[in-house]
Amino acid sequence: MSVTKRIEEVKENYKELFEENRKLIERHSPDVINNVRNECFESFDLKGIPDDRDEDYKYTNIQPFLKGSFDFSFVHTDTDSQLEDFFKCEVTALETYSVFVINGWYSAKNKVAESLPDGVFFGSLKEGAIKYPEIFEKYYNKAARFERDGFTALNGMFAQDGVFIYVPDGVVLDKPLQIVNILTGDSDIAAFQRNMVIVEQNSQARILVCDHTLTPSKFVMNSVTEVFAGENAFIEYYNQQNQHNLTTQVAGLFIEQKASSNVLTNNITLHAGIARNNIFYKLNGENAESHLYGLYLSDKNQHVDNFTFIDHAKPNCTSFELFKGVLDDRATGAFTGRVLVREDSQNTNAYQSNNNILLTDLARMSTRPQLEIYADDVKCSHGATVGQLDDEAMFYLRSRGISKEEARVLLMYAFAYEVIDKIKVEALKEQIRELVEKRFRGELDKCDFCVVCAEPSNSLNCF
Amino acid sequence: MLEIKNLHASIDDKEILRGINLKVKPGEIHAIMGPNGSGKSTLASVLTGNEKFKVVEGEVLFNGKNLLELSPEDRAREGIFLSFQYPVEIPGVSMVNFMRTALNEHRKYKGLEPLSASEFLKLMREKKKLVEIDSNLTNRSVNEGFSGGEKKKNEIFQMAMLEPKLAILDETDSGLDIDALRIVANGVNKLKRPDNAVIVITHYQRLLDYIVPDFVHVLYQGRIVKSAGKELALELEEKGYDWIKKEVEE
Repeated sequence: MSVTKRIEEVKENYKELFEENRKLIERHSPDVINNVRNECFESFDLKGIPDDRDEDYKYTNIQPFLKGSFDFSFVHTDTDSQLEDFFKCEVTALETYSVFVINGWYSAKNKVAESLPDGVFFGSLKEGAIKYPEIFEKYYNKAARFERDGFTALNGMFAQDGVFIYVPDGVVLDKPLQIVNILTGDSDIAAFQRNMVIVEQNSQARILVCDHTLTPSKFVMNSVTEVFAGENAFIEYYNQQNQHNLTTQVAGLFIEQKASSNVLTNNITLHAGIARNNIFYKLNGENAESHLYGLYLSDKNQHVDNFTFIDHAKPNCTSFELFKGVLDDRATGAFTGRVLVREDSQNTNAYQSNNNILLTDLARMSTRPQLEIYADDVKCSHGATVGQLDDEAMFYLRSRGISKEEARVLLMYAFAYEVIDKIKVEALKEQIRELVEKRFRGELDKCDFCVVCAEPSNSLNCF
Repeated sequence: MLEIKNLHASIDDKEILRGINLKVKPGEIHAIMGPNGSGKSTLASVLTGNEKFKVVEGEVLFNGKNLLELSPEDRAREGIFLSFQYPVEIPGVSMVNFMRTALNEHRKYKGLEPLSASEFLKLMREKKKLVEIDSNLTNRSVNEGFSGGEKKKNEIFQMAMLEPKLAILDETDSGLDIDALRIVANGVNKLKRPDNAVIVITHYQRLLDYIVPDFVHVLYQGRIVKSAGKELALELEEKGYDWIKKEVEE
């Protein structure tokens, strides 16, 4: 059962949608999730959906892409297909615990792995909220900056389901947890997925998130993921985005780190229509370390905007940031690297760089480092480049008998490799490596390959 | 094998080569010497098809083919190899991937099947031994973080892999200590066959003690102003280039 709503006046229509369906939404959601809807609604009422007059969204006006007639599902929806049919996976090198999320809803067909270590929860957000009300009370909507960002507030108003991961003290997960997010349907669909990850002290988790589209409909995904890293926790979070050109995705990733924790995120956008990643890190304990990496490969009319914000809230923390992009055709991209070093955050180390290659005269990239430093004993660096493929390297390769086209692929790949190399799961690195190479060769069909297996899917329609 | 006729080339409308004539036959080693800025490296670049330079006049035949019409990659596939004066670092491209791609493109051009991974690795091992290249160099990215000597050795290793008909060594001796120089020269000598040829571009006699040329040419102001046997190199080493400059001006 779904509700169809025509969105024209974005803010007003979304408010109407909320008011018209609030009872239905709340009836199908646990209290701890319902409890934040008011504060989110108030923030949304104040902020609305940002357009390019908003400094944070200066290079990406998403408003036009939200307009149109969309279906919204406020009660659990699932797929008629068997999950195994989505991707015929013959997982060999990469073993994971995997779950599927269909249009923002955790699929009831997921089989919860029995081999998960004791006390670990990897399942539906809704179920998690029912099972762990105290934890949700403590964490839910606490890292998400709904007051700052209209999209985040909007997600908080509508959020009902997604994935919840809970790793208790002292547990090291043996295999990565994989979340396969699927957008599918015959009509145009908008959804609000909400995820939460809590990794308690001395624990370790690796998470792979794969975003896919399966049908040629228009999709708008507004997702929010909150990640809490306890003391001395280690988290790796890899997001591989492979969605068709009619997809608009605003993905908020809000990370809070306690002392001596280490979090790595790597956002790899292989294919997307309009992609906006809002990545917020708060280093909220001493000796915490953050690694933010990203790679975006765009062509045609695609647009990828990575907005990152690192809040050095405590002393003696370190952050490393590297985003790289290759833009072809008329693709456009944006990068913002905001780093805030608060007054008492002495001995902060923050390193940032963003490098881009434009393959045509029409491709465009806007990049802006934004460092706000209030402490006086810090080491911060930033660098941004926008350039072309290196002519000398190109000639060197060609002088060895390698064709111009092949040399181009080699060089683009070499450029991208620095980010791929930051993937610490060997089998995943190898698969991403292959996908990126295929992408550069123009052989990657956005929904034919899944990162789990890199095997062609079955007869599902490709857009 | 190679015939250069009245070759003129320029960069940014500045004429660097001003009428080069040179013939190279199979089995020969030619040394091209000359003061800085005389056009030695430009000649190497033009022969290999670097698009930074524009050929304004003249003709180059390579085994009967009009070389100047070919793309850089086709020149390489026809058998021309340049050992770069400054080999380019390409982070992220592994030596193995680079060489395998290059070699298989050469094979495709000749209508041969690509080498299998094991055949390729075997060949690579043999050639590494031949040029005494450190085995872990080939596990790294192309030239990345290589010392000057390692880069030059790596050039000779690539030459060994691709087995060119005509190798042009552009200042391969510069920046090498005597041990590295010996290794590089030995590599070149081992690859020498009656059916291939070498052009050695150098500033100094030093390398020519090891790679003994059949002909020595002096390039000055974009022209070959003097050609003789190997004794000319010794004379240049002894007397410098001033007497040549004087001769030309007279």
